[in-house]
Amino acid sequence: MLFGLHWDTSHGELAFAVSILPMLLIGMWVTIEASILGFFVAMVIGLGLAVLKGARLRIVRWPAMFVTEFIRDTPLLVQLFFLYYVLPDYGIVLPAFLTGALALGIQYSAYMSEVYRAGIEAVDHGQIEAAKALDLPGRRTFTHIVLPQAVPRVVPALGNYMVSIMKDVPVLSVVTVLEMLNVAKIIGDQTFDYLVPLSMVGGLYMILTLIASGIVRWVDVKLPKRGLALR
Amino acid sequence: MTWTQYLGPLSQGAWVTVQLTFWSTILGAFLSFAAGIGKLSPVRGVRWLSITYIEVFRGTSLLVQLFWLYFALPIMGDAIGINLRLPPVAAGVLALGLNIGAYGAEVVRGAIQAVSKQQYEAAKAMNFTYRHTLWRVALPQAIPEMMPSFSNLAVQNLKDTALASLISLGDLAFKAEQLRNYYQDSTTVYTIVLLMYFGMALVLSVLMRLLEANVGRWRGARR
Repeated sequence: MLFGLHWDTSHGELAFAVSILPMLLIGMWVTIEASILGFFVAMVIGLGLAVLKGARLRIVRWPAMFVTEFIRDTPLLVQLFFLYYVLPDYGIVLPAFLTGALALGIQYSAYMSEVYRAGIEAVDHGQIEAAKALDLPGRRTFTHIVLPQAVPRVVPALGNYMVSIMKDVPVLSVVTVLEMLNVAKIIGDQTFDYLVPLSMVGGLYMILTLIASGIVRWVDVKLPKRGLALR
Repeated sequence: MTWTQYLGPLSQGAWVTVQLTFWSTILGAFLSFAAGIGKLSPVRGVRWLSITYIEVFRGTSLLVQLFWLYFALPIMGDAIGINLRLPPVAAGVLALGLNIGAYGAEVVRGAIQAVSKQQYEAAKAMNFTYRHTLWRVALPQAIPEMMPSFSNLAVQNLKDTALASLISLGDLAFKAEQLRNYYQDSTTVYTIVLLMYFGMALVLSVLMRLLEANVGRWRGARR
């Protein structure tokens, strides 16, 4: 029994598959929630890292570059364990789900910061010169001229990371998050049948990633190509 | 317990990680070329097989694949009367290699398609066979272009080996978990482990750059 639902092990494989589908769908919902939360964390931290890496001061730029490289070169699993076991030692106790989403966000922020950088550098230099000619302060040039033009351009590339994040969510099962794979594993542990639940998770993942990449492509088409109008 | 005493067990784990990375990268490289070339094959069956392989392994999660090979495959084997119980090392290398191979296949396909069209036309004009064109014209020009992506994938693969600890393979992440359980000194253990992974990734990047420089000589004369 899981989530108050029962599985049917006495009427063949198909009945078993049908009986565990609702449980896997509950797990899938957790997977989606974790991906979305992780994605937003990554978007925010990634932008922060990108801005720091573009800073004029070397003392700001270099640590940001080192941090990005360090995050990119170490496994998500170990980062997750680090957050899960080390943060409580310093008095920060987060639920497993939030720790997991944070770990996903941190891991992908490093990748996304590179995408942001490319987007920011691709903004036409004439725009910045025009802002300077109009005597706009540097900070407002960045937030009101550069970013609104950079962000729409990088969204499709960021969206592809959404699909990758989704595929990394099962790692969160190691800190007891009940996402889709963990649900399947528990069902397998208790019914001694891993084949059906794990194969179903594989199939559901195929569907999930297909839909997600479809959405990313749709957003890419819908997004204004020349930048967002900010008021 | 000082931090130096963790280094013994951790370096044992790191050695397992290195071996795991090595073998799965070799397997992945082989599969990348097989499926990447297969996807462009004139034979429909080969093309479909390659596309199915690439889509299945890119469309699902690595951990799902790993668990499937380790937990579900033996049950399928029992059902058809074959023993498919893989030892953790085999399941780990297989899952990692299959996964990274699917990503690598797209790199191989892209690079082969990026070889300029005139090269293929010239090969055709000179009556080269399909195999001859592939081995003597397309691949020598395409491989140098694949190398930067392959470097990223190799580092990705190194990081992914940590997941093999979840099927009780004694790699670096596994040893870290054991030490943490035993000494409850998570900050020190995980800091060392993160640094070790970082170091291994840097070494791997350097090795891949050497390889990149080495195959760079295949690049045709630049116009």
